[in-house]
Amino acid sequence: MTVSIQLEVNGKPVQAAVEPRRLLVHFLREDLGLTGANIGCETSLCGACTVLVDGDAVKSCTMLAAQADGASVTTIEGLAQNGDLHPLQEGFWEKHGLQCGYCTPGMILSANYLLAQNPSPSDEEIREGLKGNICRCTGYHNIVEAVKYAAERMS
Amino acid sequence: MYPAQFDYRRAGSVDEALGLLQEHEDAKLMAGGHSLIPMMKLRLAQPPVVIDIGRLDELKGISEAGGSVRVGSLTTHADIAASDVLAAHCPVFAEAAGHIGDAQVRNRGTIGGNIAHADPGSDIPPVLVLLGASVHLQSPSGTRSVAAGDFFQDLLMTDVGEDEILTHVDVPALGSGTGSAYLKFEHPASGYAVVGAAAAVTVQDGRCTAAGLVVGGVGAVPTTVDVSSLVGTDLSDDAIAAAASGLDAEDPIGDIFASGDYRVHVGKVYGKRALAAARDRA
Repeated sequence: MTVSIQLEVNGKPVQAAVEPRRLLVHFLREDLGLTGANIGCETSLCGACTVLVDGDAVKSCTMLAAQADGASVTTIEGLAQNGDLHPLQEGFWEKHGLQCGYCTPGMILSANYLLAQNPSPSDEEIREGLKGNICRCTGYHNIVEAVKYAAERMS
Repeated sequence: MYPAQFDYRRAGSVDEALGLLQEHEDAKLMAGGHSLIPMMKLRLAQPPVVIDIGRLDELKGISEAGGSVRVGSLTTHADIAASDVLAAHCPVFAEAAGHIGDAQVRNRGTIGGNIAHADPGSDIPPVLVLLGASVHLQSPSGTRSVAAGDFFQDLLMTDVGEDEILTHVDVPALGSGTGSAYLKFEHPASGYAVVGAAAAVTVQDGRCTAAGLVVGGVGAVPTTVDVSSLVGTDLSDDAIAAAASGLDAEDPIGDIFASGDYRVHVGKVYGKRALAAARDRA
């Protein structure tokens, strides 16, 4: 069977018929070509697949596309506006918050959710807010700096 | 990893969900899907039909009435952790919910799915047992409630019947003079509790009048520790350590990360610390 879904992805309406077992991350990557959300651990641990669903950071490997029917989804592709990087993207660039970059889209969307909840987080609050995102390159120090950079510019 | 194929039904009301449950044998209810989808991806669960109850607003929300707090089964961990009502009346419940997984998991995972899944490493079950919560279930033949202490039956097994939906939990409010705390020894990768200790103590005129300690992660279901020896004491560190050392599990669970004996030992340590933290907040 297929399920008809209608949702908004990065501000654009999307209509599709999906298999019930289609995971949101596969729908985004393979059906819509939005490959920013990465598939890492596939077990809800690493956070590489994090996107925003109705403003909440969620792991798109642990959500059915059918569950996103009617929702507004934001991926990393939806953050830059008119070619201008989002302050978080700028922060990761300026503060060298990435090396291989695999975790970066998820990190940025989790940080985006964190800053929406708490516009000026402490270092500790940033680390706690990004607990669901694993980076194997940086040691997190520069990621925290990148989020602080963005928090300052967004306030 | 894909789940095995299944048919998907979305319920628009509790009654419709109950009807779909009757109609489809071996169907599973899905709320946030944060216990069920991982099980389905690992093919540990292969339900032929998934009934999505995630949009039933009637099962969402937190309210207080008559000295008791009602938490709808579809309430997310994030909403529980941030609840002013729970912070005022059952702070240990909100505290434990804030320890679950990470922000993304708390945004999707629900209290109903969490306790119906009954993972021994979950943070919520020991808290509900400690607080004397009741779990409310609805079936086509009516509603019933079961004490949290009886709800959890064994590893991943609960009292939920095949034709029932978990609608809400009722949690008695903690009275004045009562301090509570949840302390967790967390698995560094999964975020599950290796051991989680939930404690509450009531103090009047410098003397303990009631005390409770329930430890998760040691047994298949939450383990209640008899800490009645604390009643009448001034809750000295020595008295607390002696009471917490009463933790005993006949057949503790063990895995590659933590053996059963180790879990019992850590349970005693965290039980002691949780009691002391509860005392300091009373």
